[in-house]
Amino acid sequence: MEKFIELFAEAIEREDEIKMQDEFREYPEWSSITYLSVIAMMDEEYGVQIEEAEFKKLRTVQALYDACNNK
Amino acid sequence: MAFLQYEGVGITAMSAAVPKRVIVNREYTEVFTKEEANEIVDKTGIEQRRFADENTCSSDLCLAAAEKLIADNNIKKEDIDLLVFISQTPDYRMPATSVTLQHRLGLGNKVIAFDITLGCSAFIYGLSVVYGLMERSNLKKALLLDGETRSKVYSPRDRRSAFLFGDGGVAALIERDPKFGKSTFSLNSDGSRADLIMIPAGGYRKMSSAETVVEKVVDEFGNMRSDEQGYMRGGDVFNFVIREIPRDIKNTLAYTEKTVDDFDYVVFHQANNFINSYIMKKMKLDANKIPSTIAKFGNTSSVSVPLTIVSELQGKLDGHKQVLLSAFGVGMTWATGIVPFVDCKISDIVEVENGQAV
Repeated sequence: MEKFIELFAEAIEREDEIKMQDEFREYPEWSSITYLSVIAMMDEEYGVQIEEAEFKKLRTVQALYDACNNK
Repeated sequence: MAFLQYEGVGITAMSAAVPKRVIVNREYTEVFTKEEANEIVDKTGIEQRRFADENTCSSDLCLAAAEKLIADNNIKKEDIDLLVFISQTPDYRMPATSVTLQHRLGLGNKVIAFDITLGCSAFIYGLSVVYGLMERSNLKKALLLDGETRSKVYSPRDRRSAFLFGDGGVAALIERDPKFGKSTFSLNSDGSRADLIMIPAGGYRKMSSAETVVEKVVDEFGNMRSDEQGYMRGGDVFNFVIREIPRDIKNTLAYTEKTVDDFDYVVFHQANNFINSYIMKKMKLDANKIPSTIAKFGNTSSVSVPLTIVSELQGKLDGHKQVLLSAFGVGMTWATGIVPFVDCKISDIVEVENGQAV
């Protein structure tokens, strides 16, 4: 889980704390650009690809983490 | 799985034309802030693009490139038997732009002329069509023209596409010669993803009306466009590309019993630096073999593969060179081509203003 947070922080270039219950779209760093970095991170590190319609349902960092680890 | 193979056909000469007007993305701040522009450029690697003026069409860019090609290579116009024009930004809904180019180039009425409309992978599709017609016929020479003015397609008020696209046109001379050996193409399509990149209105499903030209806010970020302008669902395009492109290249290599090391150059569609460097990393490709024009011309749709060859491989295609081509885009369609180049003559790039070479 720590590893995931580290990778996620790197992908969205966020230096402030990231908590699992955070809604990541609320972060000022979140944009259509950092979204692409998160897609790349999930593909590269977890071999997971999530279509945009599915991705939109993921609200929290925890949900992202689960999506990466349940496949 | 379908692969196409041709023997003894190849590109003997190439040329390109781009609009004279340069758009510097970091200073493209009429709508968005400098910070936003810088953030997008840092991510996409697209520093500059070329924008056609209102008097310049894809056809004009291709005409300028073709005239340069004909002059530089002393081509007899009566030897040109086939003219194929690739574009999704044609002059008219009808007639086909290829036919107007037959006339404007001063070619005879025996010329076979038609258009191919497809998108970013179209140059590779077009090559395979022309190679097929050339291989088993007595046609002497073929002209493959590929032009796009995507600057006219996308809204300058939609940040997801406003900084990506540029304009250009290319001309390729295609001839039969045993020296070329074998070419291989893998062509693919997935219409279930037609809505990933689209201009919804202006065709015959949703015809132009007063309503289709109205700009609307389309998302939570405040991006604006009309239904006559293109949109792109970047996340899904990216997901699609990282899944399908490495797979198609690997399958084509396996079919031809080649490895990436057998190639002198790998030329990708110039989508943006983020996508391309990710594919490069994922496939562990040698960056020295991968020419790029993303920084100076941006994404020119189907023109990007041949424009990158003309811009970056001039003087580097002497002798026998093995080149792998890979492109993907709207449709979705995607294609891989294994294309030998033998002493290909590449002209200097021409600049165009008001529809004329300058």
